[in-house]
Amino acid sequence: MFATCSDPSALNGLAWLACYLTSGKHLLFYGSFGTVLLLLAVTAPLALLFGFGGAVASRSRIAPLRWFGRIYTAMVRGVPDIIFFLFVPIALDQSFEWLRSRVYCDPSVPVRQGNEFVVCQAAKLPLSTAAPWVHQSYGFTLAVIAFAIVFGAFAANVLSGAMNAVPRAQLETAEAYGMSERQLTRRVLIPQMWTYALPGLSNLWMVLIKATPLLFLLGIEDIVYWARDLGATKPANFAYPHPDWRVWYFLGLLVFYLLMTWVSQRLIDRVARRLSRGQATMAGEAIRHEVTP
Amino acid sequence: MSACAQDFADFALRSVGMGQFKLPAGDMTLCRQVVLIGSGMIWNLYFGALSLAIGFCLATGLALAKAGGIRWLRVPAEAFIFVFRGSPLFIQFFVAYQAFVLLPREGIEIFGATLPTAWLSRAWAGALIVLILNTAAYSAEIFYGALRNVPRGDLEAADAYGLSGWARFRRIVWPTALRLAWPAYTNEAIFLFHATTLVFFSSFPAFRQQGDALYYASYIVDKTFNPFVAYPIAAVYFILLTLCLIGIFGVFNRRLNRHLPGAAQRPRYRPNLIR
Repeated sequence: MFATCSDPSALNGLAWLACYLTSGKHLLFYGSFGTVLLLLAVTAPLALLFGFGGAVASRSRIAPLRWFGRIYTAMVRGVPDIIFFLFVPIALDQSFEWLRSRVYCDPSVPVRQGNEFVVCQAAKLPLSTAAPWVHQSYGFTLAVIAFAIVFGAFAANVLSGAMNAVPRAQLETAEAYGMSERQLTRRVLIPQMWTYALPGLSNLWMVLIKATPLLFLLGIEDIVYWARDLGATKPANFAYPHPDWRVWYFLGLLVFYLLMTWVSQRLIDRVARRLSRGQATMAGEAIRHEVTP
Repeated sequence: MSACAQDFADFALRSVGMGQFKLPAGDMTLCRQVVLIGSGMIWNLYFGALSLAIGFCLATGLALAKAGGIRWLRVPAEAFIFVFRGSPLFIQFFVAYQAFVLLPREGIEIFGATLPTAWLSRAWAGALIVLILNTAAYSAEIFYGALRNVPRGDLEAADAYGLSGWARFRRIVWPTALRLAWPAYTNEAIFLFHATTLVFFSSFPAFRQQGDALYYASYIVDKTFNPFVAYPIAAVYFILLTLCLIGIFGVFNRRLNRHLPGAAQRPRYRPNLIR
């Protein structure tokens, strides 16, 4: 990066460190923090959407839809999320390739041949001729879907609980005013449920932040990947030789996550205060007493 | 059927180093997958049960330190809880493993005696330590919340009976706090057992391919390229484990609530996402 870095072996002390920390691979490492933030930014709304769908489905009048919603909300309770993170991407990938192979390949050739999963070149996803960024973003997309499914189920738990927590009297009043089921849901239930959902959702946000390093398991070049790669012992034939520094890199990641969760907690506390203003809850009463002692 | 019995004899204790050494590579029958993944569950049970038991004691101390008024006890306890609750378990495993690896391999000399260190970088000890500290932090926060929510009336009644100090804590404060904390603690226990699946995916090597349920499930998927059998088998094992946990914790819950009419009859498990 700097002109002085052209010959690292001549450097020492702080100058060496400055050059080391701005090497090309380190810039990729810093960029991978963006990958984590991107995952959070994409997954959070998507999971909320999935969760909302799940919560509404589990309250549905149509039985199969209700069963689906119930199973979806219940599944993450019994099964470790890591199993889903390992299962969903590979299952989706094989499903897509199987569907494409039925269209683009000779359908008489079975896809499963013994212990192999074989599709013809034209059905490969992404195509072997595709650019590297296509491969990477395909992997990332599968990871996002896996995260959205798991955290959507968590969110569905939280949201259906919040929907049940809205006082019956509110809904009955709305019915007495002649609102239809739909109007009641849209105008009374959904606006009122957020204050009950917030503790659960904020908890979920923390869990989501702490689940992001699992991207590494899905083969994404994320911060854990780079921390392992950069921290590993570099013998003398490398430009910047150093002993095993992985523990320092991982401590850096630890600090990053502590900062993320700490800042999130501060923001959540502010939002919670905001939402409980004017509510007939204990927190709302506390604020009222502060304003008018 | 006899083939299945043979598989059971070969692989049921494979995860603890008994039975056939070579893992099956080619022919993965359903029976074999069920037995192998079930064998891995031994490790999940080992990690979960031991860290839960030790973590419970540690968490009690931490919660008391955090709730107590002594500053030099409270601040370290708060810092410990903040660090372990604020960072991912996955990263904690990595940090701990790398730190243990950096210890001198021949041991540390203390007062002339040599403390061996190599065992710390093995999963059975190193990962267990991380899990204990992790669950202690989460449970301590649960217990701390419960300690603060012990009803004032209970404490006043204890005062009226002339109970104080240790007797008041042991007979009034602690059982009440535990009763209040129990639903959340059940939840924490379930999450802890689920978290044990991370151990062999986070640097800790599976010594002689002796891994946990998910380790074997992903081994099978790597060999067969078929995720639709092995992962659901592991999932079913964990669903059964979760149901057992809910049952066992329900028994404790009934015991803690036995003086309250009505409350003991329905051990309702309201899943909250505490973690």
